[in-house]
Amino acid sequence: MNVLVFLIPAALALGGLGLAAFLWAMRTGQFDDLEGAAWRAISDDDLPKDREK
Amino acid sequence: MSETQDLSVFIRRPVEGVAAMDLVVEGVHCGACISTIEKGLACERGVRGARVNLASKRVTVEWNEGALAPTAILNRLTQLGYPAYPFAAGRLDSVEAAEERWLLRCLGVAAFGAMNVMLISVALWSGASETQGIGTRDFFHWLSALVALPTVAYAGRPFFDNALRALRQGAFNMDVPITLGVLLAMGLSVVQTLQHQPDAYFDSAVMLLLFLLGGRYLDQRMRRRTRDVATNLAAMKAERATKLLDSGEASEVPIAAIATGDLVLVRAGERVAVDGIVEDGRSEIDQSLVTGETAAIEVGMGSNVYAGTLNLTGALRVRVSKAATGTLLDDVNALLEKAIEQRSSYVKLADRAARLYAPVVHLTALATFIGWVLWGLGWQPALVIAITVLIITCPCALGLAVPAVQVVAASAMFRRGVMLNSGDALERLAAIDTIVFDKTGTLTMPQATLANKDAIAPEDLRLAGSLALASKHPLAKAVAAAAGATAPLAAHEFPGQGVTVFHGGYRLKLGGVAYCKAEAEAAEVAAAWPDASLIAFRGPERAVVFAVRQAVRPDARETLAALARAGLAIEILSGDRREAVELVARELGVARYAAGLKPADKIVRLKALREAGHSVLMVGDGLNDAPALAAANVSISPISAAHLTQAQADALFLGDRLAPVADAVALARKAKRLMVENLWLSAIYNFVAVPLAILGYATPLIAALAMSGSSILVTLNALRARRAKGVAR
Repeated sequence: MNVLVFLIPAALALGGLGLAAFLWAMRTGQFDDLEGAAWRAISDDDLPKDREK
Repeated sequence: MSETQDLSVFIRRPVEGVAAMDLVVEGVHCGACISTIEKGLACERGVRGARVNLASKRVTVEWNEGALAPTAILNRLTQLGYPAYPFAAGRLDSVEAAEERWLLRCLGVAAFGAMNVMLISVALWSGASETQGIGTRDFFHWLSALVALPTVAYAGRPFFDNALRALRQGAFNMDVPITLGVLLAMGLSVVQTLQHQPDAYFDSAVMLLLFLLGGRYLDQRMRRRTRDVATNLAAMKAERATKLLDSGEASEVPIAAIATGDLVLVRAGERVAVDGIVEDGRSEIDQSLVTGETAAIEVGMGSNVYAGTLNLTGALRVRVSKAATGTLLDDVNALLEKAIEQRSSYVKLADRAARLYAPVVHLTALATFIGWVLWGLGWQPALVIAITVLIITCPCALGLAVPAVQVVAASAMFRRGVMLNSGDALERLAAIDTIVFDKTGTLTMPQATLANKDAIAPEDLRLAGSLALASKHPLAKAVAAAAGATAPLAAHEFPGQGVTVFHGGYRLKLGGVAYCKAEAEAAEVAAAWPDASLIAFRGPERAVVFAVRQAVRPDARETLAALARAGLAIEILSGDRREAVELVARELGVARYAAGLKPADKIVRLKALREAGHSVLMVGDGLNDAPALAAANVSISPISAAHLTQAQADALFLGDRLAPVADAVALARKAKRLMVENLWLSAIYNFVAVPLAILGYATPLIAALAMSGSSILVTLNALRARRAKGVAR
């Protein structure tokens, strides 16, 4: 049963990582526009280009 | 006279030196639109960035303050093919958005907690304690507590807060038994773990929260989407006014920026945006949106004009007597407040269930405790069993039974063009047996159309249509629309009389009957269409008179017939003249109607109906209907309705067809049936689970199975609300 000493913290840490990622995504507004996000994934606007400002 | 547009009320300053504006954009529907708009705006000098939100059809633009005029952004968007309208997000919008984010965060935390507690619980259920000994079992329980306690403390707050608020007001809602159940489950589990007992209920409590939060989040999201659409439509209607500055310049401003005492210019064909007194000018005013009366009224210096009315013929200068915040007839407002006060306090189905449910459950738990003590069991194990009863009856399914149906039914309505303003509207809508319609703008189309098109020679119609394009007058617009005219003639307009042009060797005229010398023809047409407004055309050979009237909605007849078949009594209450109402009522086959009613008369009639035991749905759009909408059991407005009326209605419907009203009734009835079914399903679950708990056989595994099983069953049943046979088909 000693293996539990490693496995349980590992499980909790992985779950916590997922939770942290979720909270980060929410704070940065990534759930605000789910429809738009689906389209942005297939657009190639993010290819390098020089934009005049 | 130069004209500027003042957008300053819409501009935010998120950071020093940066200005930002939120816009509603028309016609955005795919990825290509996103990149066209974002790139197109980014090219503009001074723009720091633009971000399109496809779900809410909005774009946020940020620019360096002072680098460009805000109007340049609007122009650029129009150039790109996306007309945009600025809007200021209301306080309510941001409150709701914050609430939604909070629920989503709680949901995420609860999901994390549930997954990890389940990981441990599955090991326990599959016999870890038998094979590994009590030490391991206690260790697992402590681990569960480690995850579950913070999870519940965080993710349970939406329920705890609600329950506390209800209790403080001496009220009672579904969140009270939920809170009690969760807290007892946690407390009992900690005590059990301390005493090395075999059972702990950490998993049940966390799962319960997860299911309920899921339902609540969906509910919140649906309501926000409805509000978003309503806000967008309001922004597109762009209620603005032309303010005359002291310098004599005219500036177009949103009506929020108009103050009492300002001077406002209202051109022919424009809607009056404020209440005020005419200082200069002479015109006719169409008050149909305010009173329901379709015949125009003449106004001149010193006359009162009201917000929402339409200026027909001449330009007016109006001194504002009441600014945007109070642009209403006083008596309408007063009546409205009174009607809202008198609206009977409807008790929601879920709250009624909760009221019935809580005492029964608590008494059962108490009886279980006393029963076991009398049987000879120690008070401590008896208490454990009693609390188990409370946990297992915790109203998981009951908490989902009604909201799940509401979410599904509301999104089904949304797809059919009906937007719900209030949550319990569904239940009230399901109970109605009488529908009262307003006439103008509700049974009839919001815009006027040409009634005697068939009686007019195509050549005359074509010429009149081209001439009509040169005028801003609403009657002329109706003629132009009927003719399908696209090429305007370079005509000269005499304000208040008509337009004229010399064309093909003839002088053509379009305008008032007297202006075209068509009195004889007019008398004939007026006899055929007593409720129509007349506009005359003097052509090459003869004079023609067009009858322009508000035609009934295209499917009004079938919809009313279908509603009548569904067992609903139908009545028309209108503020318009008797002849006009009579004609529409006959056309639609409605026997019960009343004309020339003032707002107070409508309320009296509604009250009489309700006192006779009827449950009444009021469908209306005018300002004069707002108090009546509040006085009815439930109310629906078309989206073209006056602002205040929309705010008062329980639901709004989109489009020219009346069918959404019938659909709404059908969906609501089905939803109500499913809600009752769901409540029974959760009751049946309790009948099965409670005896097990009372006898002391309820293990955490049984609790978890029963809870998730009943929740899923209830949710699946709710999905059936998507399909309802529309009454209209």
